[in-house]
Amino acid sequence: MSAVRLLVGTRKGAFILNADGARKRWEISGPHFGGWEIYHLKGSPVDPNRIYASQSTGWHGQVMQRSNDGGRTWEAVGNAFTYEGVPGTHQWYDGTPHPWEFKRVWHLEPSLTDPDTVYAGVEDAALFRSTDAGQSWHELSGLRKHGTGPKWQPGAGGMCLHTIILDPADPSRMFIAISAAGAFRTDDGGTTWTPINKGLVSKYIPEPTAEVGHCVHHVAMHPSRPRVLYMQKHWDVMRSDNAGDTWQEVSGNLPTDFGFVIDVHAHEPETIYVVPIKSDSEHYPIDGQLRVFRSRAGGNEWEALSKGLPDKDCYVNVLRDAMAVDRLDACGIYFGTTGGQVYASPDGGDHWSAIAEHLPAVVSVEVQTLS
Amino acid sequence: MTSASPATATIRVVLPAHLRTLAQVGGDVRVDVAGGVTQRAILDALEAKYPVLRGTIRDHGTHQRRAFIRFFACERDLSHDLPDAPVPEAVVRGAEPFLVVGAIAGG
Repeated sequence: MSAVRLLVGTRKGAFILNADGARKRWEISGPHFGGWEIYHLKGSPVDPNRIYASQSTGWHGQVMQRSNDGGRTWEAVGNAFTYEGVPGTHQWYDGTPHPWEFKRVWHLEPSLTDPDTVYAGVEDAALFRSTDAGQSWHELSGLRKHGTGPKWQPGAGGMCLHTIILDPADPSRMFIAISAAGAFRTDDGGTTWTPINKGLVSKYIPEPTAEVGHCVHHVAMHPSRPRVLYMQKHWDVMRSDNAGDTWQEVSGNLPTDFGFVIDVHAHEPETIYVVPIKSDSEHYPIDGQLRVFRSRAGGNEWEALSKGLPDKDCYVNVLRDAMAVDRLDACGIYFGTTGGQVYASPDGGDHWSAIAEHLPAVVSVEVQTLS
Repeated sequence: MTSASPATATIRVVLPAHLRTLAQVGGDVRVDVAGGVTQRAILDALEAKYPVLRGTIRDHGTHQRRAFIRFFACERDLSHDLPDAPVPEAVVRGAEPFLVVGAIAGG
């Protein structure tokens, strides 16, 4: 019997939601680490019982947690994130140099092949890796030192490395994204990196087509087509068909192309999902109507998905890591809101229901498909 | 610290709620400090006994107090005392606790 486990990170703890393959009845456990900000939890693809979690507060800084039993029990592991060498400076909001300072882990990406290897994207932007199940962390400093680092600048949420995508076809290749620096790719396992931002146009920066400086909100890939990338930029939904070498806009008929999340259907690599948000100053849906938009053409042509979603008076946001898809035959789509709701669709987005309400603001949603 | 201080002092430390949970302790904790009893010595002993607290009270690398953490004892704010300054004798004797306090901040 198949089952699904949702890992939900919130501003005040983690919640784990379990359902069988029908995905009609959900059991909620939590809060785990109550009162702490849980930016992200993610399970190992090769050992679903191995889950890593990022736990932090402004008072006590960063704590890392690991579970070996699917989230029933947890063990604190290493929390020392030390930049390699002299960290140097990036740009502050006003353009002045500002020293690199570790603040928190935004995103965890377990290895596709080894449950003891996991990557961490952190603020101030850098990429770390642990090969001992989270006990120790070492920076892949080639990213921060490749040359453009001094030009990187924080987005409104901080200078965070929030997206890590491992290429299932090429263990040496991975993609990362930073707000507000842009997207980067390595083809040698993280030693050297290349900015991959050609085609991005950001009118709000001094040089709209600059090599770096773009506020990329999230990037997604279907594992069967690792050269095709989809991006929700601050404004604009973008697509690359050549592993990020060039991008083209696919916002098409979206009512607004501002947003944070983007994800790909588990079995249809050209079916993608976004949640349009009115603007970068309002951060809520248009007209109080929460809508997921789906394109079955890899972008440009979008349809609004509304069945089961609020039709009025909804002024929540859906943050960049708060959407996920399961791998069941009828692909399930999930997203969480800053209003504390988690919505699920067991049929690829046609019908939605709230499977959790009144949680703290949701920061991240991940899903594990269990057999 | 006075010359009457014992060679090894048992210090009572009161942690904020989040750190009690993290360290899996229910109330005050006790740590043994050999030699001079200073903030640094107390925190070194605390982190040695509860490694999970490393980085949560003071920075990993610099050992600087985290911005939203303060230290109190005997109704005094010790937060800006030098790390190697002696703590009040009542703390050394175990009559008073060394308090690690989270600032009233945030939401």
